[in-house]
Parts: sequence; C-alpha cells; structure tokens
Amino acid sequence: MTDTVATPAVATPTAKTRKKASSFDPNPAKAGWATKLVLLFLCIAWMVPIIGMLVTSFRPFREAENSGWWTVFTNPSTMDFTFENYQEAWTGADMGNAFVNSLAIALPATFIPILVAAFAAYAFTFMEFPGRDFLFLAIVSLLVVPNYVAFVPMLKIYGNLGINGTFASVWLAHIGFGMSLAIYILRNYMATLPKTVIESAKIDGASHFQTFYRLVLPMSVPALAAFAIFQFLWVWNDLLVALVFIGPGQNQPLTVALTGLRGQLGQGWNLTTAGGFISMIVPIVVFIFLQRFFVRGLTAGAVKG
Amino acid sequence: MTSKVVLAIVTVLIGIGVALALYWLLNRLAELLPANVEHKVKPFLYILPAYFAIGVFLIYPTIQSVINSFKDQSSTEWVGFENYTELLTNKGFQQTIYNTLLWMLIVPVVSVIIGLAVAVLADRLKPGSEKLSKTVIFLPMAVSAIGAAIVWNFIYETRPAGQPQIGLLNAVWTSFGNDPVAWLEQSQLHFNSLLLMVVLLWGQIGFSMVLLSAAVKGVPVDTMEAARIDGANERQIFFQVVVPQIKGTIITVYVTVIIGVMKIFDIVYVMTNGNFNTNVVGNEFWNQFSTFFNNGAASAIVVMLMIAVIPIMIYQVRHFKAEEANA
Repeated sequence: MTDTVATPAVATPTAKTRKKASSFDPNPAKAGWATKLVLLFLCIAWMVPIIGMLVTSFRPFREAENSGWWTVFTNPSTMDFTFENYQEAWTGADMGNAFVNSLAIALPATFIPILVAAFAAYAFTFMEFPGRDFLFLAIVSLLVVPNYVAFVPMLKIYGNLGINGTFASVWLAHIGFGMSLAIYILRNYMATLPKTVIESAKIDGASHFQTFYRLVLPMSVPALAAFAIFQFLWVWNDLLVALVFIGPGQNQPLTVALTGLRGQLGQGWNLTTAGGFISMIVPIVVFIFLQRFFVRGLTAGAVKG
Repeated sequence: MTSKVVLAIVTVLIGIGVALALYWLLNRLAELLPANVEHKVKPFLYILPAYFAIGVFLIYPTIQSVINSFKDQSSTEWVGFENYTELLTNKGFQQTIYNTLLWMLIVPVVSVIIGLAVAVLADRLKPGSEKLSKTVIFLPMAVSAIGAAIVWNFIYETRPAGQPQIGLLNAVWTSFGNDPVAWLEQSQLHFNSLLLMVVLLWGQIGFSMVLLSAAVKGVPVDTMEAARIDGANERQIFFQVVVPQIKGTIITVYVTVIIGVMKIFDIVYVMTNGNFNTNVVGNEFWNQFSTFFNNGAASAIVVMLMIAVIPIMIYQVRHFKAEEANA
C-alpha cells in the first residue's frame, strides 16, 4: 500500500504494472478532492446537531433561551459554562432515578433471553428432529411481526397477574419480543462453527448438555456479545414498550422521563438538552467501545453470503 | 436507588441461574427416559422455553388482536367489520395511511442511496479517516428516537420575529432576511413530514452504510480490476461491476428499513404527535390505544399492519431458503 507508483486507472496496462497493481494496491481508486469534500460535509452535517445539544446543555437558562448555541464559538467572550443543568435534570427532573430504572430494565432484558435463545439455537443447529425446518422458518417469518400486536392482550394478562407497572412486565415483554432475533442470529452463527469439533466431542461421550455448555457456548461468544449489545441498545432506547407497560411514575425509564420533561411547558432548552444527554451517554459509551461487536452482529444478521 | 441496581443485578443472576437450572432439569428429565425416546424428546425440550416465550408474546397476542379487531372498544360486543370500515372511510385515517406510505416510499430509498454513497466514498479514504468518518455517520444509531427528536426539535425551534432565533434552521433562514417559519407546521407538499423523515434518516443511515460497506468490501478486487483494464471508468465500474454484486445486500437493507419505517412511532409522537397532517399509523395506533381507549380500533390498525407485513414475511422466508440452499 505504501509505495505504489501510479494508480493503475491511469497507468498503461502493461503486464508489469498489472501485476504490481494486484499485488500491492488492492484499492487503486483513491479519494479525490470531491470525495473528501462530500464526506467532510456529511460528517459535519451529522455532528452539528449533537454538538449543538452538548453545548446548550452546559449553558445557563438565560443564555440558552436568548442566543443561539453557536454564539459560544462566534463570540467566545460571552461564554458562561455551568454544570447546573445536569444537577437540575439529575435530581430535580428525576432523571437520576430514571437512569437507575433504565439500568434495572435493560440488564435483565438483555441477559435472560440470550441463554434461552442459545439453547434453542443449539437444537436447531446440532440436533435432528421432525419439524425442525418448519419451526425455524416460523422464527424467520416472526422476525418482522410488529410488537404492537402484543400490547392490548398483554396489558390484560398483566392486569390479571397484577404486574402492570413493574420492571418484570417490561423484562418479560422484551424477552418475548427479542427472542426470534436472538435465535436467528445465534443459529446463523452456530451454523458456521466447525461440525467436526462437535462430532468428536460426541464420540468422546459428551452429552448434548455438556457439548453446549463446554464447547458451543464459549465458541459462540462473538455472536452472544453482538446480540447482547444490539438488545441492550434496543431496550435502553425503547419508548413504546415502556410507555405501555410502565408509563410515567416511580419506575419510568429515561426515555419516558425525557418525554415528560419535553412536554412540560416553559421548560428551558438548557434542561431538556442536559436530560437528553444523560439518556444518551450510556448507549454512546457502549457503542464506541463495543462498536466492533455491534457491527459484526449487524453484518452477521443481515449480510449472510 | 442502589437497591434498584442491586435488584437488577440479582435479577440477571437469578434469571441466568434459573434458565440454566431449568435446562439442566429438562436435560435430566430427558435422560430418565429410555435412550431412544430421549433422543426424540430432547430437541423439543431445548426449544420449549424459547417457543413458550414466543407463543405468549407474539402468537397468542396476534390471535387475540384479530379477535379484538372485530369487537367494540372495550372488547365486549362483536361489531363485525365496523372498526375497519370506520377507520378506512375516515378522512383523517386515510391521510394517516397516505403519510405512512410516503415514509415507506422515501426513507428506504434515500437511506440506501446515501448509505451506499458513504460506503463507497469512505472506502477510498486512508484507513484512519475511513474509520473516523464511518463512526461519525454511525454514531446516531446509538441515540434513542426520543433523543434524536429532541436534538432536531431544537434545530427546528421557532421564535417570534424580532426575537433571537435559537433554532439553527431559523437562524440561517432569517439571516437571509426572511421571517422565521414554524417548520413543523408547514404541511404544504408534506414538507413537515419530510423534516421528520430527516430525523429518522440521521439516526438510521449509519445502519445502511455499515451493511453496504461490508458488502462493497466483499466485492472481489479482480472483477473491478478486470473492468479497469478493459477501459471502464469509475462510474461504469460502480454501476456495472459493484452494484450487481451487492444487489442482495441492497435488497436486505431496503427490506429492513422498510419494516422499521412501517412501525415508525417515537419520532412523530414526540415531535408533532401527528398534528399538522404528519400522523402515521404507529402514532394513530397509540392514540386509539391510550388516548381514546379504543381497543377495537387499535387492534384493527395492528391487524392491517400485520397484513401489510405479510409480503415482506414471504420474501424473508424465500430469501432465507435460497441462502440455505446455497450454503
């Protein structure tokens, strides 16, 4: 890559340059100025909304409401940063409590379905049984069913059980809604594991349970991590399921609290943006540090072959 | 507060423990059976808990929703097709369907085009800047729809003329000497719906880009080089060599986005709540369900959504079968 002579696109295709091009330069189409400009423009357009939000969340009420956030850059002498918005949002607007609720909702809703799905995925990949293909195709088709179907009937069941408004109601709902995707991702990954290893374990007398627990589960860690991140972000960012089964109140997660904060009249943008950022910080950190797993999960789920 | 965190962690541990114990127990039970029966029963025991969850949270509610859609708002009396006819003859709901179709028409196409453009263009950068630009485009994926709605509400914010505009769009707009505009109320030509779509696209294009980028990188270099040697220019190479080879991924991305768009709710709910002619099916479902307490109409909307999803479902199954056959 380092010492390519010329881009083969312009070079005369002699036998010599052709050979060079294929062995040294897998990507002869270099970025021109236009490409760089377009990408730069897109990247700025993508970041400006978040920067505006971040800046506003550190400005005092009076300033945030009376001048655009960009004045911080155009007229730095008027700059006046404060952490008060975060304090106010965290305690006064109950975002702190909601933050803990979001954790309490998202962690179990992420980890419980994984194991259940992993067992099913194992059965689909390494066991023979009648109806296997049909049952798995059912999973594939259920992937696209909107979870709206569940709300009215489940509220009734939850009402009978008396668990409306509890964490358990959302855990169970997310376990149910995430199950088909989890089985799908894990089974697709397990299908790529070397069959010989599993077969030799069987010859050595390992039971299915041992093979699963000792062999397949550890080998599937990348797929497990990918699904875990996917599901965690999904549950953390979910508004609809939380609105339906928990709603505003003591147990509300961040998304519901933020919607409430947004709806209060006369609420300054300084507070709303601080609240918004509190709700984003965990997904952004998870995302930045575990991006590789997340991307792998997405690509494994969608671009297969 | 700490008690809730402890509760969460304990629940995770108990949940995982119970799941493991359950499987261990099911496994032991199977082992008590005669060996030939055990072999036949075991797979079903392994998939039982997963299918139990799916049955309770998807299959049963689907059946129940179909039944409720033929009943009145408290699901006590049968009303035949009344919920459907009332919705479908209602001008407001027709407009809601039209808006949703607009979303389904515009968002997936724009998402694929920009996603593919970024994927192809970034592929030409040096690895460092490629990674950086992709991360920037992908980052909003981590932001919740309500977070994105707040970010963009702030950009679309309007202040009366004469006051300083703190919304970016109006600040730019008024700097050209125009009067400030209440952007989200401009329903002519569905302009405000387009502004809402921008919010979804901002959060969502990263997804298209990542999948398409993986596909673009998977295109064999030989095929591109062969075309280049034959004298094809970059544009021809893109449309005649790269695009045909990643067609499968383009369709996958398109289908995935369209499914998401059909169910769009949060952005519309938070930004306009369907006012100013921006209503979509997802938001209307929520209104019927939680504002009007009309279970019949809400269920009818869900059933219509389900019917609309069926073609995609059939496509998914076929696509999967074809891929399995190739593997």
